[in-house]
Amino acid sequence: MTRPTVLELRGVSKNFGPVAAVADVDLELKQGEFISFLGPSGSGKTTTLMMVAGLQAPSSGSILLNGRDLAPLPPYKRNIGVVFQHYALFPHMSVLANIAFPLEMRKLGRMQARRRAEAVLRLVGLPDLGDRLPSQLSGGQQQRVALARALAYEPPLLLMDEPLGALDKNLRAQMQIEIARLHRELGITVLYVTHDQEEALVMSDRIAVFNHGRVEQIGQPQSLYERPVTRFVAGFLGDSTFLPGKVQALQKEEAVVLTAHGPLRGHASPGVRPGEAAVVAVRPERVVLLTPGDTARENALRGRISDVIYLGQSRKFVVRLEDGSELLGLQPIGTASPAVTEGSEVLLGWSATDCNVLADSD
Amino acid sequence: MKRQASRLLLLPGAAFVATVFALPVGALLLRSVSDPTWGLQNFRALWEEPVYASLIRNTVQISLATTVCCILLAYPFAHVMATRPRLTRLLTLVVLVPFWSSILVRSFAWMVLLQNNGIVNQSLLRLGLIDQPLELIFNRTGVLIGMVHVLLPFVVFPLYGAIRAMDPALMPAAACLGAGPIRAFLRVQLPLTLAGLVMGAVLVFVMALGYFITPALLGGRRDAVIARMIQLQVSQLGDWGMAATLSLVLLVATLILLGASQLLVRSPARRPAG
Ligand SMILES: Nc1ncnc2c1ncn2[C@@H]1O[C@H](COP(=O)(O)OP(=O)(O)OP(=O)(O)O)[C@@H](O)[C@H]1O
Ligand SMILES: [Mg+2]
Repeated sequence: MTRPTVLELRGVSKNFGPVAAVADVDLELKQGEFISFLGPSGSGKTTTLMMVAGLQAPSSGSILLNGRDLAPLPPYKRNIGVVFQHYALFPHMSVLANIAFPLEMRKLGRMQARRRAEAVLRLVGLPDLGDRLPSQLSGGQQQRVALARALAYEPPLLLMDEPLGALDKNLRAQMQIEIARLHRELGITVLYVTHDQEEALVMSDRIAVFNHGRVEQIGQPQSLYERPVTRFVAGFLGDSTFLPGKVQALQKEEAVVLTAHGPLRGHASPGVRPGEAAVVAVRPERVVLLTPGDTARENALRGRISDVIYLGQSRKFVVRLEDGSELLGLQPIGTASPAVTEGSEVLLGWSATDCNVLADSD
Repeated sequence: MKRQASRLLLLPGAAFVATVFALPVGALLLRSVSDPTWGLQNFRALWEEPVYASLIRNTVQISLATTVCCILLAYPFAHVMATRPRLTRLLTLVVLVPFWSSILVRSFAWMVLLQNNGIVNQSLLRLGLIDQPLELIFNRTGVLIGMVHVLLPFVVFPLYGAIRAMDPALMPAAACLGAGPIRAFLRVQLPLTLAGLVMGAVLVFVMALGYFITPALLGGRRDAVIARMIQLQVSQLGDWGMAATLSLVLLVATLILLGASQLLVRSPARRPAG
């Protein structure tokens, strides 16, 4: 089953004077898909979103909604739902009037608009608050109203720019579930901006990782986490230790990198060339303590544990390697293996398929 | 206890206002019923002599026209000032320039510019836009130009404050929700800045009611206003009773306007307390 494409970005760029805020972004959103933009501050996420909404004009490239070029359409003719970070509710209108606003703009009668607004308000779980002013609502409630207002006219595409950025942690988790539920129930297509990686991993069908205005990698959360293709993605999404070296051999999926700790094997990402610089990226949870003589893992290193941090469900530990660099490890609590202790000399290892060899661009 | 103590802090100010303002004004106003003799003769004159009706009409017309012109000029100006941070300083200077010169200098400058062979008419003639000089001065047009010039800042600044206080995401949000520029302005920006607009407009109207030098210098014979008459009666005719009566008219009009504007501004736009 192939779903129709709702939104397509073709080579979209945006320059502010000499600053390339967005550079050559290609993207395709399928009907009902939930895509997150994830990236550090200033990486161009908001700018990209604003170009889709029509609040910024691309310097080059084109944006298509349901196959139609959006360039000639001003924002008020695009029929796209937008939820702003600070809600942007109209402070002089009641909650119901806020939600009815886009309906009235679409020439719905007053009564009809009100009824529809009430229905949407029920949908987001605030049936009794319609007569209040936005200033009389909590942050989470305002967020729901903003969501209701953007959903009221059933837009084919919903844009959200860090909608949960101003909420505290518990409320965030609750709203994440709520948004995920609405996405499922309504089958809407969502473009979601966040710089919270956990949020992106939990909610998205696919994640686009932004860096310096470019999409570094786009893919499903699991593939992005387990098979990052650039050093930036590996470092930005979750923790990684990078062990630099030079590619010695490359066969199919596997590369051998000669590092300060001897040859290490890992899954080769595209762009890795024999004889060139590369890094081995290891996730802490893939690092296991080995007993002498254990040869099941292709990679093994020696080191001394310099730090152990208790995290409740697990222990994080820092291993000082022989050349003085550090390696991060994570040990679930309650496993059979002996607990890590500070100062002990250990042998560590991981399988070749559990780490990635990435071209070293830096 | 504490609140009562803090009220004492108002005393010096209150005493100052009482001695230099309330007392003299009160004494003056009293003359409307006591000068030349006790009675309502001054009010009867106000009612019966057509000159006063025409003075009041002129004053209200000029003040209203000034207010409307100020609003129309100030809104776009304040909008640009509030939304283009780079231009804010420059525009503030531009709008404040009239305060740096005395009212006389300013009025004479306008005479130089606006008279029949002044710069404005000369330029328009040279450009072939007009065949004969426009009557820009010594009439209502001249009065309006001069008054709007001086009073513009009193609408610009409250409006600037109101527009700045708006969440900058509101207008983009309105656009995304399907409101074109005009509807977004009418439904979102205007209601949210109405308080500033009303405040500025009332300020301008009230100040325009009391202006007399500008209408005297830049206006014609048919632009006589109340304030000018008050000044004439005090300084040349010695008719303190009539001057006091006209002053009372201005004062009452001002108070009514201020009260009405308070009501207007309080109800919709302001957030409920708490
Ligand atoms: N109106 C503007 N004028 C000039 N530069 C701008 C403008 N808007 C954004 N930029 C620049 O474009 C780049 C991308 O900004 P953008 O707001 O898209 O980042 P972002 O990924 O949304 O960041 P954040 O996570 O902080 O919201 C930044 O370098 C920013 O300084
Ligand atoms: Mg942003």
